[in-house]
Amino acid sequence: MQDTYQKLRHTVVAAATGVAGLLALSATAQAQYNDVTINILTRPGPVIAQRMVERGEEFTKMTGAKIKVAEVPFAELFQKLLTDWSTGTNSIDVGVFASGWGVEMVDGGLLENLDPYIAKDTKIDLPDIAPYFREYNQKIAGHTHLITIDGDFQMMYYRSDILSKMGLKPPRNWDEYMAIARATDGKDLNGDGTPDYGSCMFKKRNAQSYFAILSVASAFIQSKGTGEGIFFDPQTMKPKVNNAAFIKALKVYKATGIYGPKDELNQDIGDTRALVTTGRCALALDWGDIGPLSLDKGGEAIKNKMGAIIMPGSSEVLDPATGELVQCDATTCPHAVDGINYAPFAAFGGWSGAINAKADAKTKQAAYEFLSYMNQAAQSNVDVTMGWTGYNPYRNSQLDNVEPWIKAGFTKDAAENYLGAIKASLNNPNMASDIRIPGAQQYTGVVLDRELARFLAGEISAEEAAANIEAGWEEITEEFDRKRQSTLYKLSLGITN
Amino acid sequence: MTPQNSGAPVTRPEPDAPAGLAAPTSHRARLSEWIDRRAGTFFIMPAVVMILIFSIFPLVASLVMSVSRIRLRAGGYKVSFVGTKNFEKQLFGSEQFHFLGTFREISLLGWVVMVLAALVLVWWLYRYVRSQFWWLGFIGRLITANLAFAIVALAATTLLSGNNFGTLGTTLFYVFVGCSIQFIIGLGLALLCSQQIRGRNFFRVVFFIPLMVTPIGIGYAFRMLADTTKGPFSIVWQWVGLGDFAWSTSAWAARSFIIIGDSWQWIPFIFVILLAACENIPRDFVEAAEVDGASQRQIFLEITWPQILPVAVTVMLIRMIEAFKIVDLPNIMTSGGPGIATESMSLHSLFAWRSLDLGQSAAISYLLLFVTVVVCVSFFNIIVLQRVRQT
Repeated sequence: MQDTYQKLRHTVVAAATGVAGLLALSATAQAQYNDVTINILTRPGPVIAQRMVERGEEFTKMTGAKIKVAEVPFAELFQKLLTDWSTGTNSIDVGVFASGWGVEMVDGGLLENLDPYIAKDTKIDLPDIAPYFREYNQKIAGHTHLITIDGDFQMMYYRSDILSKMGLKPPRNWDEYMAIARATDGKDLNGDGTPDYGSCMFKKRNAQSYFAILSVASAFIQSKGTGEGIFFDPQTMKPKVNNAAFIKALKVYKATGIYGPKDELNQDIGDTRALVTTGRCALALDWGDIGPLSLDKGGEAIKNKMGAIIMPGSSEVLDPATGELVQCDATTCPHAVDGINYAPFAAFGGWSGAINAKADAKTKQAAYEFLSYMNQAAQSNVDVTMGWTGYNPYRNSQLDNVEPWIKAGFTKDAAENYLGAIKASLNNPNMASDIRIPGAQQYTGVVLDRELARFLAGEISAEEAAANIEAGWEEITEEFDRKRQSTLYKLSLGITN
Repeated sequence: MTPQNSGAPVTRPEPDAPAGLAAPTSHRARLSEWIDRRAGTFFIMPAVVMILIFSIFPLVASLVMSVSRIRLRAGGYKVSFVGTKNFEKQLFGSEQFHFLGTFREISLLGWVVMVLAALVLVWWLYRYVRSQFWWLGFIGRLITANLAFAIVALAATTLLSGNNFGTLGTTLFYVFVGCSIQFIIGLGLALLCSQQIRGRNFFRVVFFIPLMVTPIGIGYAFRMLADTTKGPFSIVWQWVGLGDFAWSTSAWAARSFIIIGDSWQWIPFIFVILLAACENIPRDFVEAAEVDGASQRQIFLEITWPQILPVAVTVMLIRMIEAFKIVDLPNIMTSGGPGIATESMSLHSLFAWRSLDLGQSAAISYLLLFVTVVVCVSFFNIIVLQRVRQT
């Protein structure tokens, strides 16, 4: 009895000690960052920003660190961040922006090197992050400076119900794309009695059209793998635009407008998505968002009816020596499938978080832990299934397990189709990387965007547009120093020699 | 107190006062006198300092930026002096098509218009030299004549020759066409509301409301209203056979829609000021004219118009200065598209600023400042001062 009593007493004491210890640990954890406020700047919500606010509240409960998310228009985000950090204002601790912008910031010594933080992080599970995002998106010059919270690349979407009814197969190249667009254009695709569109591709100036043209062009330009690059010759920095491949891409992109809305030139991604989710488009180009958006309220018209596939490829690719298109064979297109070269474009690279190098050490540690928390599978695998968050998959575990997607509303077939398209793009050794060198905004957001808009508006020919883009890019390269740009471009492509 | 009569000290130490006591009094007196003399300077100093900080400094800083290449770096800026390269790029270099336009073949009509314009301007200068020559006035007119010829030449080589014009041409189109439309309608409404009609107070408020709406809101509203397929007037568009017409893909239609939105916002400004001017015309004049049997047209031309002209010129001057800076509507409605058809100079500068090309952005701003100043000063000089000289 004595023994039993003693054992019971020991057990109670041990349990009490354990509980007290856990409480103390919890209190310590909570108190750990009580005096820390992490100021984050990103684009306007709810896309991207709102989920950070919600996860921020969870993080505050766990660690005590307060998360403040400020929002500025997308077009001003880069400028605001760079100004704040370079002028020493340092009112922002974390920027969540396009990973491609990071190169210019690292070049100016503005971003914290996250390698030491990752080395101590046991929860981030780096190998689970898809290779492109782990090795290209997060890293700059061999060091991790960014933490991915959204995996971005463009895919092709098609109305599986319509195509199957018409006996058509999803497009593998641009000829097939145009044939399907022609066959479906003008038909009532959503049963509302009005004719709909064969193709929906945003083409508005100063919006996202320059991503779309690069998605069309990538398969014509790059065939030897990600390291080849679609923007420049890495050695000479000669632009890869004034050639038959890019001119063909320009013509294809413009031609898709024949089967699109009449005011497509003034439609940005938001306008196009509104048409896609209301079932008005047979084919559409978009980031990974269409899948989750079809499950959200407002996406009923296309729920489980929207198939996804890797961006159409090409059986002709650029010969860099001559600037002409040549037929694919084992030498010219080593990664081709059935004679078609695919090069899915990692447009924008995805929203990623980076930490201000000048923030104080404790804030930097707390900021890293928050970004890691957002990135960890336990959180991100749920977040990517919700369309409104704007987060798209970037972890293998998000692609291997269809259960969360079925739970979110997909049928098994639809989930497998959507995730299959993402896997096919992500695991493609010829994935085309977005531009990640200083002046990235000027190269694409200004020169490419403007000349593309002029070509689409009929002001200039495709040949003139290509020549103008080349001249504009050469000028920017000279301004930023050609040799340095070449070094950074090679690094962004993983070329170390 | 004038500086002349404050020359003598106000208080003098008494001759028999001890020197030790006299000195402080004398210092105080001198200080007081010194302050008195410079009272004017002290009074205007705060205003001058404020102007220097908030007006002159940014002007000088942006001038420095316009002749520099600026890169943001950790801990500050890296500024390299590039001379006039940023301006050369816009006027003669790779951005010429964007700022001025594309110069390909000039049509016969273009040549004829240019030659006629040159002849008219030379005749205008000649007439001035022969009648009332003053060297400063001549220089001003020379600048005006050169800019006027440059504008005509720009129109002749682009618009009249089938070439695209750049952001300068687009801005001038917004200014001249937009302001003219706004003036005519604003004046018409002001004349209407100055009549003794029922409900005129209601209409005064209604006509004034658009001025209080934010331009961003107007941009989005007009983009929606002008949507021929989804907008609230889509049924009307379909009915008139324009259901398939996409205004945003046609350069002139897009520019016109921007002018419609801009006019909707700014007509109230012209309306409200001209209404005040109309209501200030003495009733006696009008009544006397009516008794003499003058028609409404004669009353307008002989009494109303001369009375409101000074106000009308001032309101147009203010409106033109404002119109040169148009940025919100083209940014929201078309993002400068299709192509660069609706991009104003301010939007051109904004796009350069967004891509952190601060030197180009500042150079475009200075070119805009130059054009605005010359056009507005010429307008004031020719319309207002001419009239003052005549009276």
